Amino acid sequence: MSVLINKNTRVITQGFTGKQGTFHSEQSIAYGTQFVGGVTPGKGGQTHLNLPVFNSVIEAMNETGADATMIYVPPRFAYASIVEAIEAQIPVIACITEGIPVQDMLKIKAILKDSNSTLIGPNCPGVITPDECKLGIMPGNIHQIGSVGVVSRSGTLTYEAVHQTTQAGLGQSTCIGIGGDPISGMSFIDCLALFEADKQTKSIIMVGEIGGCAEEEAAEYIQSNVSKPVVSYIAGLSAPKGKRMGHAGAVISGGSGRAEDKTKALKNAGVAISPTPATMGETLLDVLK
Amino acid sequence: MHIHEYQAKTLFSRNNIKTPKGVLIANTKEASKACSELGGGIWVVKAQVHAGGRGKGGGVILCYDVEAVENACEKLLGSQLITPQTDAKGLPVNQLLIEAGQNIKQELYLGLLVDRQTQKITVLASLEGGMDIEKVASETPDKIIKFGVDPLGTLSLQDCDSIAQQLNLTEMLTEQFNQTLLSLYEIFTTKDASLIEINPLIVTVENTLLALDGKIDFDDNALYRHEDIIELRDTSQEDEKEKEAGEYQLNYISLDGTIGCMVNGAGLAMATMDLIEHHGGSPANFLDVGGGTTAQRVAKAFELIQTEANVGGVLVNIFGGIVRCDLIAEGILQAIEKVGLSLPIVVRLEGTNAQQGLALLSGSKYNIYTEADLTQAAIKIVALSQEQSK
Repeated sequence: MSVLINKNTRVITQGFTGKQGTFHSEQSIAYGTQFVGGVTPGKGGQTHLNLPVFNSVIEAMNETGADATMIYVPPRFAYASIVEAIEAQIPVIACITEGIPVQDMLKIKAILKDSNSTLIGPNCPGVITPDECKLGIMPGNIHQIGSVGVVSRSGTLTYEAVHQTTQAGLGQSTCIGIGGDPISGMSFIDCLALFEADKQTKSIIMVGEIGGCAEEEAAEYIQSNVSKPVVSYIAGLSAPKGKRMGHAGAVISGGSGRAEDKTKALKNAGVAISPTPATMGETLLDVLK
Repeated sequence: MHIHEYQAKTLFSRNNIKTPKGVLIANTKEASKACSELGGGIWVVKAQVHAGGRGKGGGVILCYDVEAVENACEKLLGSQLITPQTDAKGLPVNQLLIEAGQNIKQELYLGLLVDRQTQKITVLASLEGGMDIEKVASETPDKIIKFGVDPLGTLSLQDCDSIAQQLNLTEMLTEQFNQTLLSLYEIFTTKDASLIEINPLIVTVENTLLALDGKIDFDDNALYRHEDIIELRDTSQEDEKEKEAGEYQLNYISLDGTIGCMVNGAGLAMATMDLIEHHGGSPANFLDVGGGTTAQRVAKAFELIQTEANVGGVLVNIFGGIVRCDLIAEGILQAIEKVGLSLPIVVRLEGTNAQQGLALLSGSKYNIYTEADLTQAAIKIVALSQEQSK
């Protein structure tokens, strides 16, 4: 088994006929994902990439049995798209869009609480279960079916972790990019819980970065709830205070959000720390010896 | 996005939050007129820069006569103000806010922010106003009252009342406090602020609540829906290079080190800086060229890095995903063709078509060191830049 998505997952795209939506839907189809259609309001009834276009998520679900969606709409439409997906009760939502206002995300998080949906992102690469389903923008070819669960706040660092675990011959069960925004859907803890319960996942790589205290919270969770080996790398040891390092959520404000503190908390929870971004695979192999 | 104190106070006044009488000037000649307009015999001259800690940096000067005001203006206008929150260069002082002095009885703190942990807009209130609130929070957290607002609800008068009660405010002050807090919340939510602070919020001897200072940060992601806020932007307070990079959709931050970095992805860009430090070097910048790396953007990135003082070498670190590495290599060659190459350069490519990309670069007429291994690439550039600086 894997987590969140697998070969039976039926995927749609919101923002299907746009440039990004089209390109990444094509990539997802080429990867072998069970892709069933897409949503672009006003274009319902048309055909795109030989698949049906619907006006709404609920319509797409009723017609195709879709149970996962990836969202590629521009930031100003993202709130409405995510809320629509939640209201349609689609189980898995991956929002790739970068640049959603933080107060929109606060409302979305509150709506998610009593819903039947899981949101991945926004501002993330999405989620992939190697050889089964690609719900996002990650390059499929670097993945290899295997035993490592990967969870990360950064896109390209996820790819580093994936590449290194592929090189190490371990492969991945599922890789989840939770995104670089200050307020996001799934947290590290949500993902760790899924990996802990998943039989295919034998070990976990968690990639964090400066800003917020999600890594500290994860450390506390790992200490009492995770029995599988965890390796972590935290980016931003050299980052200056008060500067936003690309991601909206990557900023050291006041005394909080520092890489040193996150690393220390994880170390104290028994997590093996990869000293550099180039040694995640190596560190994991050492732990598994 | 940051705005100036005087701009924050204008927004406050428009929303019925009381502020001291003040006049904005950009020339010392206007100082004496400002003083007579304000009246009284005590004035405060405040440098308008996008940084906190202005008092400690000498940017807030208390004056007891008009001559002192003029001297303060002379000293501050056109200078670079260095505060504990700026870099060593400081920020240019182009405008001053002159305010009438107040008879202060008590100093409070009132703030609103997006709390990442509770995922709510949160009110922070304290009787320890005028202090560094982060210090108060870490040393005596019980002196700060926190109240999280339900994201699907709103801040009610009862909520404000209960906060005022916890602060032990008198009935007369409570009414003013509630009005102030409700107005702040209104600004916060209708203008997509990410932080609002009044520190201090003073009680005058006449028992009036006044916002003596004001700070508002806005969510960059929401600026598209607030044209009136975009107009408040003061680019003189921004780093030249970061501004220039922004025009090319490059995410650039200048640092003090000697190794220039060009990386795709914010996380990997930060991680590359860490890696350089880990191997004994120091990064000269953070630079995320983004996912759709084009030759034009790579060229701009090279230009920015090579004009940074102290740079002794460049490390390019690209994990090609959807974008193929051979295309990125071509982009790099075109960029060098255009802007020249004056420094040692190490390129690490990984991902789709990495081998073809690296072959293109090492087979070119330029002296480019190529490396598939990230650690080796970092070690190499640290060594090369040290040689360069000898």
